[in-house]
Amino acid sequence: MLKVRDLAIRFAGRSASEAGTLAVDGIDLDLDRAQVLALIGESGSGKSATMLALAGLLPKSAKTTGSVLLDDRSILHLDEREKSTVRGRRIGMIFQDPGGSLNPVLTVGDQIDEVVRTHRRLDRRAARAETVSLLSRVGIGDPAARARAYPHQLSGGLKQRVAIAAALAAQPTVILADEPTTALDATVQAQILDLLVNLVQVEHVALLLVTHDLAVAAAVADRIAVMYAGKIVERRGPEQLVTDPGHPYSRALGQAALPFVAAGDGRHAALPELPGRMAEAGGTACAFAPRCPLAIDRCRAQVPPVVPFGDGEAACFRAGETAQ
Amino acid sequence: MGRTWTLIRRRLLQAIPVILIVSIGIFGLLELAGGDAVDAYLAVTGGGDPAFAERLRQQWGLDAGLWVRFLAYVESLVTLDFGWSVVMSKPVSVAILERLPNTALMMGAAIAFSACLGTLLGGIAALRKGTAADAGITVGALVLNAMPSFWIGLIAIVVFAVKLAWFPLGGIASFDRPDLAIGRVLDVAWHLVLPVTVLGLAYMALYVRLMRSAMIETAASDWVRAARARGLPRLRIVRRHMARPALLPVVTMLGLQAGNLLGGSVVVETVFAIPGLGSLAYDAVSQRDLPLIAGILLVGTLMVIVVNLLVDITYARLDPRVTDDRVRAGGA
Ligand SMILES: Nc1ncnc2c1ncn2[C@@H]1O[C@H](COP(=O)(O)OP(=O)(O)OP(=O)(O)O)[C@@H](O)[C@H]1O
Ligand SMILES: [Mg+2]
Repeated sequence: MLKVRDLAIRFAGRSASEAGTLAVDGIDLDLDRAQVLALIGESGSGKSATMLALAGLLPKSAKTTGSVLLDDRSILHLDEREKSTVRGRRIGMIFQDPGGSLNPVLTVGDQIDEVVRTHRRLDRRAARAETVSLLSRVGIGDPAARARAYPHQLSGGLKQRVAIAAALAAQPTVILADEPTTALDATVQAQILDLLVNLVQVEHVALLLVTHDLAVAAAVADRIAVMYAGKIVERRGPEQLVTDPGHPYSRALGQAALPFVAAGDGRHAALPELPGRMAEAGGTACAFAPRCPLAIDRCRAQVPPVVPFGDGEAACFRAGETAQ
Repeated sequence: MGRTWTLIRRRLLQAIPVILIVSIGIFGLLELAGGDAVDAYLAVTGGGDPAFAERLRQQWGLDAGLWVRFLAYVESLVTLDFGWSVVMSKPVSVAILERLPNTALMMGAAIAFSACLGTLLGGIAALRKGTAADAGITVGALVLNAMPSFWIGLIAIVVFAVKLAWFPLGGIASFDRPDLAIGRVLDVAWHLVLPVTVLGLAYMALYVRLMRSAMIETAASDWVRAARARGLPRLRIVRRHMARPALLPVVTMLGLQAGNLLGGSVVVETVFAIPGLGSLAYDAVSQRDLPLIAGILLVGTLMVIVVNLLVDITYARLDPRVTDDRVRAGGA
């Protein structure tokens, strides 16, 4: 349903002569209804840029190439008016900071009402009834009273539930969630994840979930894409990615997360700190080579192509090998 | 609205010490300035012998000691009897009450005009940040702000009252007042156009700058990005998610400006010959009518307190996070 092909995103440099930053370097993604695709990777690897591009929210300074098809319709280079028929209505987005995505001077009910009314032409009372039912669907108790609350009167977890309700208000088929639980306490994180998974199962939306946390990804996703320096370096099912990673970067992620995945007790490790810095995207070598224990001369001379591996694929000359 | 009533009660209680301090300050200033109403009276009436002056002082209770006079002063405040104005030849309270509506009307209209236009232009400048429109608005407002208001006032009179004759030369109403009430209202409004515009334009720069910077900030906020992600129409995002939260510092500034505008009204009322508190204060000061000065200052203080109360109520309505004394602490 959502089909991304060779998407590249470049942020303009400060002056015209500067090349700018290549944030995303030609990625493919496929997502179907009632599916969860997790996108994991180090900070700065281009996850948020990808999400913003799909939602049509990149700043004007960002240039995109490639194609994004939603139900076979291209949505990458639409004008503002066409975008507003996609945003909210076809694609809903949830951000990391639940407080920040709500206007502090309006009640949360008003902020959901306006989405409902914009997309569904309901009158005030019908819209409020819909808002209350949305709030109860995202697990908020006493929704009619909560609708009259202002964001500062709600906890972080409740605010994220409200933001999810607002993202669902126009009945989109795709939900983009950019680290939706990072800013929350551990127990609340688990509840919000349960809620998202439940929405996928019950309402059959497609969920693209960005997370720092391999354990989270392995627990909820149908497929996991591992991103490094603007490229997808491995794409696997959750079990195989954890037990038999192809790319050395995935292996490094897995080694830190494995005990928690096995324990399944809701404790999650963040991505491990790797030595060294992530290389710039768009080079002529494997971007991970400078930090890779398996790197050989070839890795430093050539970008490794994507090859089939296990139940998916990996972009590594030494996929599946381990350092001795 | 229990919250509003709590706020009103709290603010009125806070006003008591403010009024006390201001009145003591006024009394102290008048004492330090030397000279009293008798001196002023004799100066106006053309003098008299010392014995006559002494008799007058006894009559008006001005020969007593400091404490007695202070108590008499406090009593006059409590009973709202500010004494006799030599300049106006009537009780101070009557002189002030005659003038107060004109000034309140002009100030109210000028504040509303400068805040509304300034906010609108500031918002437009923020949306068009970095363009020629932005630069034009910002610089234009600053130029108006930098020009002395008496000078703009005179130019306005020359162009719009003398040359074009669209508006009257001055005053608050025509001598031959229209019979119908609606006619009289329109007549006053017609007289107020030039002074209100001059006063309002001079103070507009502040609101332009405040609104511009506040709205640049809200436009970059996460909630605006989220609102865009929800597919809301642009106009709605601008109004509810950018402009509305950006109004908070503007409202704060309205309260702070109230006192300044009273000062500005002195000049504009004099230029446009409007019988208001400002021109009354001008007469009172130039002719050393001390009781009148004291009365005007106190009434001015009261006006500032009332305006600030209105501002606080508005602010509390706009910003749900405000419930107590943190009101406006985070503003401008
Ligand atoms: N507005 C922008 N202007 C210029 N460069 C940007 C902008 N936004 C992101 N970038 C650059 O794009 C690259 C990818 O950033 P992105 O935010 O997508 O990373 P991320 O994977 O989401 O990281 P994190 O895990 O920290 O959220 C980074 O090098 C970043 O510096
Ligand atoms: Mg990010």
